[in-house]
Amino acid sequence: MTYLHSIGEYFLMLKGVFGRMTKGSVLKNLIFKEINELIMGSLGIVSFLSFFIGAVIAIQTALNLNNPLIPKSLVAFAARQSIILEFAPTFISIIMAGKVGSFITSSIGSMRVTEQIDALEVMGINSKNYLIFPKIIAMLTYPFVIAVSMFLGIAGAYCAAVFGGFVTSDQFITGLQDDFDGFHLTYAFIKTFLFAFILATVPSYHGYYMKGGALEVGEASTTSFVWTSVVLIVTNYLVTQLLLS
Amino acid sequence: MIQVKNLHKGFNEQEVLKGINYTFERGKTNLIIGQSGSGKSVFLKCMLGLFKADKGTIEYDGKPYSSFSDEEQRELRTEMGMLFQGGALFDSMTVEENVMFPLTMFTKQRKSEMLKRVHEVLERVNLEGTGNKMPSEISGGMQKRVAIARAIVNKPKYLFCDEPNSGLDPQTATVIDNLIMELTHENDITTVLITHDMNSVLEIGERIAFLKEGVLAWKGTKDEIFKTEDEAVTEFVYSSNLFQKVRKAQQQGM
Repeated sequence: MTYLHSIGEYFLMLKGVFGRMTKGSVLKNLIFKEINELIMGSLGIVSFLSFFIGAVIAIQTALNLNNPLIPKSLVAFAARQSIILEFAPTFISIIMAGKVGSFITSSIGSMRVTEQIDALEVMGINSKNYLIFPKIIAMLTYPFVIAVSMFLGIAGAYCAAVFGGFVTSDQFITGLQDDFDGFHLTYAFIKTFLFAFILATVPSYHGYYMKGGALEVGEASTTSFVWTSVVLIVTNYLVTQLLLS
Repeated sequence: MIQVKNLHKGFNEQEVLKGINYTFERGKTNLIIGQSGSGKSVFLKCMLGLFKADKGTIEYDGKPYSSFSDEEQRELRTEMGMLFQGGALFDSMTVEENVMFPLTMFTKQRKSEMLKRVHEVLERVNLEGTGNKMPSEISGGMQKRVAIARAIVNKPKYLFCDEPNSGLDPQTATVIDNLIMELTHENDITTVLITHDMNSVLEIGERIAFLKEGVLAWKGTKDEIFKTEDEAVTEFVYSSNLFQKVRKAQQQGM
């Protein structure tokens, strides 16, 4: 029953988010602020992780290709497929659930604890729209983060595979272009848009409806990470089932 | 003026407010006092529209809140100023941005006009030169004054204060009390203030409503509260040693 109540509350929150809109000029500033905090602020860690995970994928693949009948270019093919299909959109989103999700929950939760949300409501402001809508719009630029992640992941794989002496540059480029299906990119970015919405709204829900004090803000952030990850994984399964099978 | 008629409010099985009738007068500081759990905060939140009353009406200048359309409710809220217990300043904004916030949201003024008004109210609460500071960089008393400035910047008709002195030293508390009373008189505002600080009652209690277990147990002025023989009120008022001594002195004719 608690879960059903929470799900209902989440959808009622979404109704409120798209209800009475905040003044346009204020909203514009809030959106830019959120893009800076949520997107630009995540580029560093995403770039770092993507490059090195890409490199590890290439090394692992190369080390497991012992059969001389399998072309060396498969290292690049495998790296490309894993990075585009799963690593960049899904794995990075789970990391973002920890980084961006916790930030969203704790910032909205702190506002709840210190009565700042009540202050907005008393002033006649739709607090759900004021606080959550700019985050949803800002997260529409999230595919840019994933595109960067894909590029740097493949770059990392190239560096590890070529400079590590596993394949030549030509073999890697050949493997990268081999059997490329453009729909895989479409699939990855459809997932990314859905994940962006989840990353903006599930942590917001946990922050907005939290009760208690500073300790509960910490608990809400942890719960938010767990549930955001669960929702991301289930959505990933459903979208993959729908689009690829 | 705010008129409350037969106000009832409960949560689950528990009835918190049990048929309150009271009038909060314009241009006066109207205090709601009572022990913790007596229903003061619920009463305030009903008046602010944060809680919906189960029964009864709240009339703002003669018009029941329940008859207000959504647009009218929003307009009414722009005429309300609220001073929260902890200040509730937006911690991602500077003092100036905090005070300017209601103007940014609800007026079409130019930034220069808004800044002029912000500096006026900051000067009124004796906080000139703090505009660029963040709320975390100023003291608790200053934060309360910023919150007052934010509450009055849009020239409200109604000012609500939830325990404005909590966590403040007596000297700063007196400054805040006096500031609220002066602003109430200067701007002819209907001020509703929740407190259990008897010093505030002495300082600014022009009209006092005493709540006990969700019922309006007594009403009067600051002069009357120290003379009343109502047992519930005297029990509350003279619960502190200081006021017991004051009463003893009064009884001994000192």
